Amino acid sequence: MELLREALAYAQSRPELFWEAFVRHIVLVLTAISIALVICLPLGVWTARSRWASLTFINLVNTLRVIPSIAVLFLMLPYFGLSFQSAAIALTILAMPPILINTDAAFRTLNPAIREAAQGMGMDALTIFRKVELPLALPIILTGIRTALVEVIASATLAAFIGAGGLGNFIVLGSQLRNEAILLVGAIPVAIMAILAEVGMSALQRSVQVPL
Amino acid sequence: MAYIEFVNVSKQFPGALRPSVNNCSLAIEQGTFVVLLGLSGCGKTTLLKMVNRLHEPTSGHILIDGEDIRHLPVTALRQRIGYVIQQTGLFPHMTVAQNIAVVPKLLGWQRERIESRIDELLTLIELPPAEYRHRYPSQLSGGQQQRVGLARALAGDPEVMLMDEPFGAIDAITRATLQDEMIFLQRQLQKTILFVTHDVEEALRLADKIVVMDMGCIVQYDTPFRILTRPANQFVTNLVGADDTVRHLSLISVERAMQSPPPDFHVNGQPRIALHDNLRNALSLLLRTGTQTLVVAQDEHPVGILTMGQIQHLVGRVHEL
Ligand SMILES: Nc1ncnc2c1ncn2[C@@H]1O[C@H](COP(=O)(O)OP(=O)(O)OP(=O)(O)O)[C@@H](O)[C@H]1O
Ligand SMILES: [Mg+2]
Repeated sequence: MELLREALAYAQSRPELFWEAFVRHIVLVLTAISIALVICLPLGVWTARSRWASLTFINLVNTLRVIPSIAVLFLMLPYFGLSFQSAAIALTILAMPPILINTDAAFRTLNPAIREAAQGMGMDALTIFRKVELPLALPIILTGIRTALVEVIASATLAAFIGAGGLGNFIVLGSQLRNEAILLVGAIPVAIMAILAEVGMSALQRSVQVPL
Repeated sequence: MAYIEFVNVSKQFPGALRPSVNNCSLAIEQGTFVVLLGLSGCGKTTLLKMVNRLHEPTSGHILIDGEDIRHLPVTALRQRIGYVIQQTGLFPHMTVAQNIAVVPKLLGWQRERIESRIDELLTLIELPPAEYRHRYPSQLSGGQQQRVGLARALAGDPEVMLMDEPFGAIDAITRATLQDEMIFLQRQLQKTILFVTHDVEEALRLADKIVVMDMGCIVQYDTPFRILTRPANQFVTNLVGADDTVRHLSLISVERAMQSPPPDFHVNGQPRIALHDNLRNALSLLLRTGTQTLVVAQDEHPVGILTMGQIQHLVGRVHEL
């Protein structure tokens, strides 16, 4: 309790520092997730239809996934330096596998009889996609996005190690100074953000879930 | 003139060793209920799916109402053809009403017309609209799902219905009910129906005409009665059980076999059978009750008699009928 009060006092004594780190953290997360969505949603729709594309890209992101994020961060350094870009790219790579894999699976596992019925009734390809395939795939895609979001929120703290800011700054500083209160100034908001993302995405998912 | 016409239609899938449908020609009259019957893999589904162009023939052509189906936009063609499949293909994220509304919406119907059509169809398939309109497919039994599939296919009031083993995955008792409903519906609607099954009893019950297929070819195209009594070859004989006397009886009506009562006949508690029933049920009744004579009744009034002797006599002459 004492520790929490200290942490709060620390944050309140430097509000502009705290809010800057906070906003930076959110911007990092949103940037990474947005880029991953823009790449992986169309890619997943394609890989679900093409065996060749599926083998190639799913394997590729799976390979990228096993590289630890911190390693990716440092691998980016020679190209983008100690910057926001490096951090955003590393986080994007982290966000891609769950989104791509779930999008691919969502479209691949659609019941072929449903697609056939839709065609047989005279829907054109675009209508089938919008009115039938997408609504049925959405819950599984959202699960992938939820996983990605939570992972990225937590991992964005690593950006501090290469000077890209975010709430990780307080964690790095706190551990350097062996000051747990400062560390919590970074850790608690990150934990809350991750929980909110989890809860929010679950609710969204339930709202689009097909009745079973 | 024939309403649906297949002219030398063949279909060979890429990489297949032999055609799945081999030079089939077939003329189907408007308003007839035609059943495609044959062993698994003989090409029934392939033939059916060429009508709504889910498959394209490798050669030959198909006409509907005199028009080559390739001359129409494919979506427009399909909107004019009702399609029912065994797995129903109902959209699980749409309610019963929304499922039924799909084709009318594609056809650009007005909202009120669609709503009243939904109620009309649900009433027709005996699922009260108030209760079933807002259910999702997962909240229906298999038989109810299949009925909704049928209603959805009928929604745009198509002239042609394609039905691929619609009752194939349903228990025997429910299937018999659905078959009865189908017969009843067809009597009112008079659609041109192509119906695939490999259940011989189902084919005999439902069909005006049966197409017997074997290895991609049409072996015989005839009425159920003639398929049974004059099978084209040994394959048809074996497939439909043309040797099965009881099966023959199921296709002959009591009306056809009854006699007027002899002058000394008295109605006296004998078992009764309806004029429109078939001889198979009559025989069953005779055996069950251990009598020799049934009273044939129409609307409760006795109109004739049917004896065991007369049924035996008919069985001997069945090939002349
Ligand atoms: N899309 C396809 N690609 C390749 N071959 C196919 C395809 N569809 C069907 N075939 C082949 O064509 C033949 C006829 O198949 P079809 O599905 O028309 O049979 P069917 O009479 O409907 O059988 P069932 O009663 O089992 O449904 C089979 O040998 C099948 O393997
Ligand atoms: Mg089939």
